[in-house]
Amino acid sequence: MQEPLLEVDGLSVDFALPHGTVPAVKQVSFAIASGETLALVGESGSGKSVSSTAAIGLLPDLARTRGAIRFAGEDLLAATPRRLRRLRGNDISMIFQEPMTSLNPLHRIGRQIAEVLERHRGLKGDPARQRVLDLLDQVGIPEPARRIDSFPHELSGGQRQRVMIAMALACEPKLLIADEPTTALDVTVQAQILTLLQDLQRRYGMAILFITHDLGIVRHFADRVCVMRQGEVVETAETTALFAAPKHAYTRMLIDAEPHGRKPPVPADAPLLLEARDLRVRFPLKKRLFRPGSDFEAVRGIDLRVRRGQTVGIVGESGSGKSTLGRALLRLLDSRGDIRFDDTALAGLDSAGMRPLRSRMQVVFQDPFGSLSPRLTVGEIVGEGLRVHAPELGRRERDARVQEALNDVALDPAMRHRYPHEFSGGQRQRIAIARALVLKPEFLLLDEPTSALDRSVQATVIDLLRDLQHQYDLTYLFISHDLAVVRALADTVLVMKAGEVVEQGATETLFRAPREAYTRELMRAAFLEDTAA
Amino acid sequence: MTADTLSPDTAPGAAGDSLGREAWRRLKQNRAAMASLLLLSIITLACVAGPWLTPWGLADVDWNAFNVAPTLEGGHWLGTDANGRDLLTRTLYGGRVSLSVALVATLVSLLIGVLYGAIAGYLGGRADNLMMRFVDIMYSLPFMFLVILLMVVFGRNILLIYAAIGAVEWLDMARIVRGQTLSLKRREFIEAAHALGVRDRTIVTRHLIPNAIGPVIVYVTLTVPKVILLESFLSFLGLGVQEPLTSWGVLISEGTDMMQTSPWMLLVPSVFLALTLFCLNFLGDGLRDALDPKTR
Amino acid sequence: MLSYSLKRLLQAIPTMLIVITIAFFLMRVAPGGPFDGERALPPEIEANLNAAYHLDEPLPQQYLRYLGNLLQGDFGPSFKYKDFTVTELILQGFPVSLEIGGLAILLALVIGLPLGIAAALRRNSAIDYAVMGTALAGIAVPNFVVAPLLALVFGVLLGWLPAGGWNGGALPNLVLPVLALSIQQIAYIARMMRASMIEVLGSHYIRTARAKGLSERLVVWRHAIRPALMPVVSYLGPAVAGIITGSVVIEQIFGIPGIGRYFVQGALNRDYTLVMGTVVFYGALIVLLNLVVDLIYSALDPQIRYDD
Repeated sequence: MQEPLLEVDGLSVDFALPHGTVPAVKQVSFAIASGETLALVGESGSGKSVSSTAAIGLLPDLARTRGAIRFAGEDLLAATPRRLRRLRGNDISMIFQEPMTSLNPLHRIGRQIAEVLERHRGLKGDPARQRVLDLLDQVGIPEPARRIDSFPHELSGGQRQRVMIAMALACEPKLLIADEPTTALDVTVQAQILTLLQDLQRRYGMAILFITHDLGIVRHFADRVCVMRQGEVVETAETTALFAAPKHAYTRMLIDAEPHGRKPPVPADAPLLLEARDLRVRFPLKKRLFRPGSDFEAVRGIDLRVRRGQTVGIVGESGSGKSTLGRALLRLLDSRGDIRFDDTALAGLDSAGMRPLRSRMQVVFQDPFGSLSPRLTVGEIVGEGLRVHAPELGRRERDARVQEALNDVALDPAMRHRYPHEFSGGQRQRIAIARALVLKPEFLLLDEPTSALDRSVQATVIDLLRDLQHQYDLTYLFISHDLAVVRALADTVLVMKAGEVVEQGATETLFRAPREAYTRELMRAAFLEDTAA
Repeated sequence: MTADTLSPDTAPGAAGDSLGREAWRRLKQNRAAMASLLLLSIITLACVAGPWLTPWGLADVDWNAFNVAPTLEGGHWLGTDANGRDLLTRTLYGGRVSLSVALVATLVSLLIGVLYGAIAGYLGGRADNLMMRFVDIMYSLPFMFLVILLMVVFGRNILLIYAAIGAVEWLDMARIVRGQTLSLKRREFIEAAHALGVRDRTIVTRHLIPNAIGPVIVYVTLTVPKVILLESFLSFLGLGVQEPLTSWGVLISEGTDMMQTSPWMLLVPSVFLALTLFCLNFLGDGLRDALDPKTR
Repeated sequence: MLSYSLKRLLQAIPTMLIVITIAFFLMRVAPGGPFDGERALPPEIEANLNAAYHLDEPLPQQYLRYLGNLLQGDFGPSFKYKDFTVTELILQGFPVSLEIGGLAILLALVIGLPLGIAAALRRNSAIDYAVMGTALAGIAVPNFVVAPLLALVFGVLLGWLPAGGWNGGALPNLVLPVLALSIQQIAYIARMMRASMIEVLGSHYIRTARAKGLSERLVVWRHAIRPALMPVVSYLGPAVAGIITGSVVIEQIFGIPGIGRYFVQGALNRDYTLVMGTVVFYGALIVLLNLVVDLIYSALDPQIRYDD
């Protein structure tokens, strides 16, 4: 390896919190050479962001650092704030995970980029503006001359991230630290941003420290990988070597946590459980005075058939209407068109009419933090459905059913007296599943049930869902933006875009030979195309 | 960064801790808030029990002591007024009125505000629009005018003061509760309750109100000093309680008239009032930190 | 923007109408009338007076008559201040209240904002604790306690400044009332500014600004202060309306001829037209100030645009 550009040597970071010191990073060492891409991989809490933030001296005041971070031979931890400010945005730039909030909403984007040029290059006025236009063009902002005077809120998330990149590249830094720069973006946008970063890296020859939790990105993007876990580096290796032969058990577990396996098919003559015809959902747009209100159609005439024992996957990017479709099927939203569940037509049923059916069709939501009532104990949350649907049960019997449901999701029933905030994300999602299961439903709507979870936790939840389906003969409607997960779980897949179904078919057929360009784009973005063949 | 984000799949907190108990633990660590709570308890206790302990009644005249400055001799620790009435006794009696007004008026505003706000937020749509429009209109009514008018129309009466102040202060409460309800309504646990077939009434009482209660508690602690202030203000203008009753506002008003000759008459009730308001504000700040939604 | 403002003012008309209606009928429900003096007037004179002021008409008719006059900008004559119309009284009193209130708000901003910013920048330092402790005291001590104390200390004991009186608005007479009126506002504004500065300083775009290598001074001045001002701006609308329409207490303690006293005096004397006049005036002022606040808001925040 050539002379390292950035060398992190025995770095430790502690946070001095009111109730004691919490170590975030312990004796971490890694190095990046010029022009190289090093991926710092880990799950939440692994200390990967803390390590990289330490490199540009932007840790919060509570942080205490030890060790050394050498940039071109200079120890940054010992540098003065003034010296660090000279380096930041100039030799070392950083882009962040939150494109929507990382730009100042009150300043035009052109000015925010020019600010870097003024600070480090003394560039002002017309020359600065020319350079900003050039940068905007390079990061692929259409019509830079018009966009330069836009405010951040006038740009999409992807465009804002492009502006952040332009800002980071303005002074042609030697090192770019990218902290989960694509995590908040839709998959297709994510792919575009990654391609852009690769192009720019080639053009400017800068090194990239890429922080991510996504092994798919790592595999396609990084030269070398550094795997972190609970504040420590567990393994560093060349990318190909790491994926071919992971040395550390944790790395192996991470790689294995990528969803795998396929769903065994159900008999072709399995009875229909849920059917929708020409389903439409409209949202009224905010009315303005002196102007007639118009509607936004989120779901535009969708037909859907789910057979008993099947898992139907619905994939699409944000705003595709997939969650709206799911809620409409459960009549949590008003819709037009026919919905039949088993032998009952749901259209036009009011909440009292729906109530008997609710125990047969249940739902698990995405957000494990928002989907549990924070002031009820886990036992009360799981038992709530029983109060509605089995009021004849006594306290004791209800408690027994709750314990049974918690056992089913592999949670210790003794924990039912605790409150949701005492549980981790994965545990909360299990509680949400138990809340649905306790009613012994036939049909489960799973709305991105694993998207907020770390990969390794995600894998266990997926295994759980599989086991439960098998054990209780459940039928799933699985909504997700994550193609890999859907592929591992679903019998058939619907691809949605802008409220319509773009393509549907049996899972393997669809993944092996997508017919529509949009489906192919989604798969390419998720790095599935090469594994498809 | 909190410990929560540092350790991914292990959960913080001791076993079986409700959010309420956790907030109480955080509050106990806030020394300023706890000191305020202690001082408030002392003041309240003194106002409730004190008047029975002092040798003087509210209107008892000590013919040997007119306009006496605070002294340890003669039993008038905080002096007497121009009519020879013991200032400590009168201030404690006044505290009873001020504190009871604070309590009752806050409860009135709490009741109206929570109900109104929760209903508006839960119904949403046109009903919400209409109800909030009404609140907006109430806001552009000059408050003082309303209270003064109520006083004038129905006569000066302590019950009326309770009602009038409560009737004015509910506006903010309604707004807060409505905002809470609106944002809670979109939370997934409410949707999950709908999906379970839970009835609307149960959703409001079991899921909405308990979760909206945090900000309400904080606001209540900030409403109490506001109400005390309002009552004192009305009394200061001569629109509050009438003789023989007194309140801190009345005493301050009397003290203002006499401040050149007997400054203690202004200072004593002012100190009691300011101390109470100070403590209530500190406590409110402490509660807000303890219940901070970000740490939930 | 002009058409937006116009629209907002039009939308305020129904609100104002409701306010006027409530005030009108509530006032009339009150027992007593404007001519119940200490001595009872002979019945025929009272009848004449009532007739002269149209008080003998049925209430709805009086209400419509009042609205009609109001449309022509006529607030009617005052019952109590017999030689004046309500318009004249307001025009006399308002400039005085405006001067005191405006100065107080200005003072509160000039002192409160920097204090709040300084406290936020040195969070949990001695400066922070000192500023916030003082601010809490400023909120806890009501102005009807502060005002007499100021008068006592600076007016009576030290004799530096007049303890009361208006004296045509001479500077020494202004100092104490403005000070008394502004203390609480300083405290509110400092607290609010501190809280919102702390929130902004923790935001992602401040992190971005720091990642650019900007100096702390630039980060604060260029990126933090403007967004942090937003909550203060929305607070100022109602606060300004409340203050410039006169603080009854301050005007009473310092003997200032503002319009604050008309609220109270008018209601006590059943001076129907004066009460109505002040209510309408106050309502209109609130509508106007809320509009101004929204316009300032849109000027500060490009995400809010009133194009239509």
